[in-house]
Amino acid sequence: MSTSIIEVEGLEHQYGDFKAVNGISFTVGKGEIFSFLGPNGAGKSTAINILITLLKLQKGEAHIAGYDVRTEAEKVRESIGIVFQEVTLDRDMTVWEILEFHGRLYGMTRPDRKERIAEILELVKLGEQKDMLVKKLSGGMKRRLEIGRGLMTRPIVLFLDEPTIGLDPQTRMRMWDYIRTVNDEGTTIFLTTHYMDEADNLSDRINIIDHGKIIASGKPWELKNELGQDLVYLETSDNPRARSIITDLVSISGVSDKGKGILITTNDDGTKILPLIIEEIRNSGISVITVNLKKPSMDDVFVHFTGRELRDDKPGKSPATFRRR
Amino acid sequence: MMVNYGFMTIYWRDMIRFVRFKTLLISSLIQPALWMAFFGIAMSASFDRLGASIPPIPGVPEVQYLTFMAAGVIAMTTLFTSLFGGIVLLFDKNWGLMREIMASPLPRDHIIFGIALSGMTKSFIQVMIVMIFGLLIGVSFFAGYTIAHTVVALLGIMLFVGMFSIGFLFFSAAISISMDTPEGLQGIITLLSMPIFFASNALYPVSAFPPVLQAISTVNPLSQLVNGVRYFAIGDNFTTMGIHYVYTPADILLSFTVLGIFAISMFGVAWWRFKSAVVT
Repeated sequence: MSTSIIEVEGLEHQYGDFKAVNGISFTVGKGEIFSFLGPNGAGKSTAINILITLLKLQKGEAHIAGYDVRTEAEKVRESIGIVFQEVTLDRDMTVWEILEFHGRLYGMTRPDRKERIAEILELVKLGEQKDMLVKKLSGGMKRRLEIGRGLMTRPIVLFLDEPTIGLDPQTRMRMWDYIRTVNDEGTTIFLTTHYMDEADNLSDRINIIDHGKIIASGKPWELKNELGQDLVYLETSDNPRARSIITDLVSISGVSDKGKGILITTNDDGTKILPLIIEEIRNSGISVITVNLKKPSMDDVFVHFTGRELRDDKPGKSPATFRRR
Repeated sequence: MMVNYGFMTIYWRDMIRFVRFKTLLISSLIQPALWMAFFGIAMSASFDRLGASIPPIPGVPEVQYLTFMAAGVIAMTTLFTSLFGGIVLLFDKNWGLMREIMASPLPRDHIIFGIALSGMTKSFIQVMIVMIFGLLIGVSFFAGYTIAHTVVALLGIMLFVGMFSIGFLFFSAAISISMDTPEGLQGIITLLSMPIFFASNALYPVSAFPPVLQAISTVNPLSQLVNGVRYFAIGDNFTTMGIHYVYTPADILLSFTVLGIFAISMFGVAWWRFKSAVVT
């Protein structure tokens, strides 16, 4: 018996000549928070749109809750909840009407809808706003309403596409709390994000996705450990020579150029190695200008695997992103 | 799960919007009345003077122009409301709201039926208003009818209005789901509404038309609707502006059949467009 809720094998998707998704395979276990981390245009939204059956599956295999995404779209739809990247709430409907409409769309019975709406309003703390028009709600309330709506039908998996985009830091933290609460109650969560901290904070498993491929996958700490224990950043009077000296030292797992200095990854306690490094460099007549020691962050992990920083990425190249204004 | 009445969900939401936007609601109710008031009264003054010079046919009731064109205004109102009825789908698509519906288990034909049903309801409401307003300013609909006859006539009118509007609503839904901008939709509708409206028997008799225009007018769904409304509201034998109108039940059945065929083919078009529609 398998406990995986999502199984994807060799997923590919093409817009004309452009391969937005280029051979993705993964499984998501029951109760997991599973995330896709990547820049805009990396293929996250395309992949999610295929899984939620809004885009036709072109190549590969995908199963959700045991149903084939290609041939059992209706069963898949009944098993999932979705929170879209853009706000998809009718501004001129009330909170209650939004939930009632959703419940009806999914064929819930009247008593079931009534009970569930009360539960959802309680969960996302919108009871007082029940009869308020959506346009009067704050950004955080709207997002909460969308998450609540995604949960209306008691889905097995909740898909969250960039759930905290455009929210202020405080509201983001609260959204994370809601997402964790929902997960604790047993809903499997599939998340896409381009925020490092979000992926790091929420995910049980992160998949770094770039150019339509998964280039790294693992628990947040596993990914960070790949970079070694600590990161040391140095600026010296002669970087190339300093580099060659450091490379030969013990407990150094990697040296690379970064900006005006060099970045060293260590596989032992950095606080003990750093004095040694500085001593060796000084002994060779090179002066040290700047020193920085830190634990690897998700940003460092991303740079390590993709060779570039997320914020340097040009805005999306995929046709899907173009179309959206 | 049961989704047999899924179209009622779409209907429910569209009706909420209809009553919520007060300006839109009121203007959509006043506009047909204004047509009756200004165009009707102005035109009937000149047309009735023209008709007065032609000797009446003995034994055939003569009908004022205002009464004659009231059927046309009913048809026109239904045409425009129905042609624009699908536009909500385009807005939903552009604002991302359609994704919720498209990703739900609701079958796509229910979206089409739901929108058609709400458009039809709006047309019924408008038609009632035109009729009541018309009767107030001197339109002699249902003249000399018994109550039972009036009820039957009303049902007949609504049957025609319903069948006509549903055809154009299917059509409107089909282009709305295919287009990317409201401007594009508006362009197509304006382009189409002109010939449909003017190459018909809505406002004037077609007997003076050149043969090509007459042929268009004969197959025009709008003419079929006007035939039906006149038959039920005025009668099967009357003259107006010196022209003798006679409708047999077979004529009316044919008109209704044409509307039915039109509606079925437009549903086919809408179904095809919705099946291939990708909303992301």
